Amino acid sequence: MTKRIHIFLALTLALLVGAVSVQASEGGAGLMSANINLRDQASLQRGAKLFFNYCSGCHSLHYMRYSRMARDLGLTRKEVMQNLNFTGARFQGHAIAAMPEADAEKWFGKAPPDLSLMVAQKGPDYVYSYLNSFYLDPTRPVGWNNTVFPNASMPNPLWELQGLQVAKLSTPDSKGKTEVIGLDLARPGSMTPAQFHAASNDLTAFLTYVSEPVAVERQSLGIWVLLYLAAFTLLAYMLKREYWKDVH
Amino acid sequence: MAGAIARWFNERAPGLGVMYRKHLTEYYAPKNFNVMYYFGSLAMLVLVNQILTGIFLAMFYKPSALEVFPGTSEAFASVYYIMRDVDWGWLIRYMHTTGASMFFVVVYLHMFRGIMYGSYKRPRELVWILGMLIFLVLMAEAFMGYVLPWGNMSYWGAKVIISLFSAVPVVGETLTHWIMGDFNPGDATLNRFFSLHVVALPMVLLLLVVLHLAALHEVGSNNPDGVEIKKHKNERGIPLDGIPFHPYYTVKDLFGVGVFLLICAFVIFYAPGMGGWFLEHDNYMPANHLVTPAAIKPAWYFTPFYAILRMIPNKELGVLALLLSITLPFLLPWIDRGKVKSVRYRGVLYKWALGLFALSFICLGLLGGEVTHEAIPAIFGPNVDVTTVDNTFGRFWVAVYFGFYLFLWVYTYFGFEKTRPVPERVTTHD
Repeated sequence: MTKRIHIFLALTLALLVGAVSVQASEGGAGLMSANINLRDQASLQRGAKLFFNYCSGCHSLHYMRYSRMARDLGLTRKEVMQNLNFTGARFQGHAIAAMPEADAEKWFGKAPPDLSLMVAQKGPDYVYSYLNSFYLDPTRPVGWNNTVFPNASMPNPLWELQGLQVAKLSTPDSKGKTEVIGLDLARPGSMTPAQFHAASNDLTAFLTYVSEPVAVERQSLGIWVLLYLAAFTLLAYMLKREYWKDVH
Repeated sequence: MAGAIARWFNERAPGLGVMYRKHLTEYYAPKNFNVMYYFGSLAMLVLVNQILTGIFLAMFYKPSALEVFPGTSEAFASVYYIMRDVDWGWLIRYMHTTGASMFFVVVYLHMFRGIMYGSYKRPRELVWILGMLIFLVLMAEAFMGYVLPWGNMSYWGAKVIISLFSAVPVVGETLTHWIMGDFNPGDATLNRFFSLHVVALPMVLLLLVVLHLAALHEVGSNNPDGVEIKKHKNERGIPLDGIPFHPYYTVKDLFGVGVFLLICAFVIFYAPGMGGWFLEHDNYMPANHLVTPAAIKPAWYFTPFYAILRMIPNKELGVLALLLSITLPFLLPWIDRGKVKSVRYRGVLYKWALGLFALSFICLGLLGGEVTHEAIPAIFGPNVDVTTVDNTFGRFWVAVYFGFYLFLWVYTYFGFEKTRPVPERVTTHD
């Protein structure tokens, strides 16, 4: 009985204290942590370049206009239209994938998802880890697998940069089953591992920007609103004190 | 000038001045309100915020589940049109989503205040019941609003909540189809929820708020000491412990509004999703009837009740318990037979029971929000059977939640409560 009570107390206390921190670390253990600075325009520009060269063939950003991106990333109309827009879309148009969605569904069984809100949905750590966790797996239809999203139907679009990773397997258990315990770089790509981490981090930063383009503006504005409200609250407090002087 | 305008109105509508005096300058409120007494006016403020921001959202939102591009509805796309293309749309929407959650924060605190100081007791039973009705309508309003963005949590949340009605004997299944207008949540569901969310329920809500206030001003406010200030009046018939609501409480509430808005603004500008509590991660994905979210759970403000449903292994009984957990508070004025209102002067067991009741609500909320699924392995090691611990823990707190009402009745009906003497006049004040 005493043990039971201890369990209740421990759990209750831990829940009350840990509720917020557990929620904050959502996405599960074992993810790599992305290091994102939405105010670093150069990083976002590099991420955009990677996205439009390696991802936008299949994945759309249905809610992202080229013109908005140009404004937020500090790019000119010409730079965007020449270096990032490969579909002939209008400058004010949305970044729709080159591959028609109906065909994509036929070819892959499921159209590649729109990435406009992927970071909002999964978190930057998930996306960053996903980009780093592809490995060769001959048992899969396209020859690729991913430790963060097992049996993903997507091949590694960045393999030329990262190189080819293979799975490090655990020793078979009693049923002969093995687990992936790590990834080894079997053949280096055009980037060193450190360069690739930085590149995939830029790409994650760009997708984080895309998931909420207004984020930086929101935070910059917030401080002024808070300062105004703090002044208002102080005045309201002084007013209240003044009025309540004659309440005895 | 002001005097001339007042005279102009007074000659044409003398009733206006009477109303102004009755509800503001000559409404005498006890002078000992503490911090718990801010939440009523704050709830009004949030209601106004929801209506104003809602009006603007409805100008751009499209309640249509039809696809605009593969896998995405017009409704979902219109929400992100508001977030990206409409001037200040993001701010208006974050004010609305944050407002929805903060509405429940202040309403829960407001209700707890009522229980703490026995505000539901004679002669304020009607005030309490009208307040509970507001809470009920608010729950429906919030649920339907949550469905409108037509994200994946909207869809599955709607499906689960509507399926609760299938527990009704005989007509259950038909009832769910009637509510949805379809065999699954779909375009028809979305359209009717939009209509109810922006027209029908807000009107009911406003009417109930007016009645809640009218009923309150008839009997007068309770206070942290739970004494009736109308018992001691001066020669002009004004309660000795009362002060005019305006200007004293209008300026005091203005300060409360400042603090409250600081908290809201912090959320809106720096944590609009509140780590997945105010805006759920799975709702950034468009509704998809083939992809079930990893954890289907309602918005945080429903999680205590949802936990009660989940902890009962039988569906019909679970729904019944859920219903009971929401309706029992209606009966508090008759369950609680104690003569003393304020917790300050009530029996020591009551104080413990009230504390445990509050704790049960919080723990059930964390359970319903499935925080325990991650917290249990973290505390007891990875080999622990999460479901067993979750259920034992959950059922314990379900028992505490319902036990509070049973205890309260037994404790007061049979006269076990040993109260402390209640003072004649209010004790402390600002």
